[in-house]
Amino acid sequence: MTFLRRFARNRGALIGLLVLALIVAAAVAAPVLYPTSPWRMVSRPFMAPFALERFPLGTDALGRDVAAGLMHGARVSLLIGFVSTLVALLIGVPLGAVAGYFGGIVDDLCMRFTELFQTVPSFALAIVIVAILQPSITSIVLAIALVSWPPVTRLVRGEVLSLRSRDYVQAAITVGQRTPRIIFGQVLPNTVAPIIVMASLMIASAILLESSLSFLGLGDPNLMTWGYMVGAGRTRLIEAWWISFFPGLAIFLAVLALNLVGEGLSDALNPRLAREAR
Amino acid sequence: MLRFLASRLAKGVVVLLAIAVLNFALIRAAPGDPATVMAGEAGAADEVFVQQLRERFGLDRPMVEQLGIYLKGILTLDLGFSYRQGRSVASLVGERLPATLLLTGSAFAISLLLGTALGALAARRAGTWADTAITTAALLFYATPLFWIALMSQILFSLKLGLVPNVGYETIGAGYTGLARVLDILHHLILPALTLGLFFTALYARMMRASMLETAGSDYVRTARAKGVSPSVVTRRHVARNAILPVVTLAGLQAGQIVGGAILTETVFAWPGIGRLMFEALAQRDYQVLLGVFFVSSAMVVLFNLVTDLVYRAVDPRIQVGG
Repeated sequence: MTFLRRFARNRGALIGLLVLALIVAAAVAAPVLYPTSPWRMVSRPFMAPFALERFPLGTDALGRDVAAGLMHGARVSLLIGFVSTLVALLIGVPLGAVAGYFGGIVDDLCMRFTELFQTVPSFALAIVIVAILQPSITSIVLAIALVSWPPVTRLVRGEVLSLRSRDYVQAAITVGQRTPRIIFGQVLPNTVAPIIVMASLMIASAILLESSLSFLGLGDPNLMTWGYMVGAGRTRLIEAWWISFFPGLAIFLAVLALNLVGEGLSDALNPRLAREAR
Repeated sequence: MLRFLASRLAKGVVVLLAIAVLNFALIRAAPGDPATVMAGEAGAADEVFVQQLRERFGLDRPMVEQLGIYLKGILTLDLGFSYRQGRSVASLVGERLPATLLLTGSAFAISLLLGTALGALAARRAGTWADTAITTAALLFYATPLFWIALMSQILFSLKLGLVPNVGYETIGAGYTGLARVLDILHHLILPALTLGLFFTALYARMMRASMLETAGSDYVRTARAKGVSPSVVTRRHVARNAILPVVTLAGLQAGQIVGGAILTETVFAWPGIGRLMFEALAQRDYQVLLGVFFVSSAMVVLFNLVTDLVYRAVDPRIQVGG
């Protein structure tokens, strides 16, 4: 209860949560409100927004409905954001736990490996991975996950390192609990709070990364995405600004909402730190 | 100092070698025959060329031997050959590199200077309207997709208002020389560098503000105040100088992001750097060029990290980085 109350006191976080709920609603409602494919040409091209009730956000260069694209795009953005973050956590958490728990040479090896991935320009690596594996939802998720796990590893390692010397962990070692059970049963549950905070921020950057890839033409060719829409409207920017403007705004709102929620979670889960930062 | 530089350079070389191995692994992760992948798709490869590639990379020999051949190539700055462009990747990248260094360097400098200055201002005026304005703006820009803000500022500042050139690096055909040319390039640089720097300005401003507020609460700052040091000196010497350290660390870690952002910025503004080269190679699926740009941009990050390490030492002489 105290957690909920602390979260609710943060006005930004509440606004973020509201915006996020609207985007989720759009994603859920997309197949109901726009049952036909967002790729279908439904009207004359270059219809201005707010002119016709049927096409509130106008149409693009091929006469496709921008509003339909936005709502279907929300599905892709959220899906890729969540799944790639999950995959990144699956790589980052175990590696960080092993590094922090065992220490010594294992730690050294894990951290050098992590540093290497942190040095590499992540966007360039993501481009190369998607281009080589061919753009598809799987290769995009894989690429985003492969460039986003290092901060997770560093975070988990740091937490585990400090938890390892706690009395209850030492007690578990003394009574002879097996190592995997100690790591998963005693240590990792206590790192959940910071991981949740980081995950919400990671979803935001995954959405940014996915839209940047689609913008460059590396999106899944079967899926309508926000990044693709911005990129497709690029060449007709002067006559038809709305084709690029609205999808970009959608990305911005989604990322902002997730950042706000992440900050709210961080403050609510860690009230001591929150007070210090003010 | 020399020993420090040498140890940093050695570390950089190790990282680059590891990246070369990663590159090697990537090209072999592709489905199908690596030789055809290297030659590029869309019928660019003829059988003779593919056979040449097989021989050159020893694709019929064991994997370890192949890796050896590949690494030897990297050491002699051989980044492969772009069949589509009919030139070596090294020469293509070398030609485009200065433009990217100029763009990323300016964006890096702008964001670090502006970000720390704004963050410090927000912290000093914590709770006032100036703080609220800076914090809110930072929050908003932090969430803005780079390619979108680049497009939108392109419409607004160059196409509608005509303040700065639309695309490119310099006025083609103007034949400027000397100072006029430098000014012309700078005029073209303003918009790309500002849009690329904006996200990082927001990031550093947030970081600097938090860091300043944290440092301001420490004991030595209270001591300095108590012994009567003037407030402006306390802020400058005691607070800001210590608060900037984590920001510089972060900036070093973020160097890869700036290089990545340059790919998007250069694509939008047709800035003739390696990012634009990557975009062009993408359309043609020219994997040799893609991997070449990836390797060189990684090398740039290693360089940026070296520079931030040096800055770090200059800002805080107590720290013996890496010894």
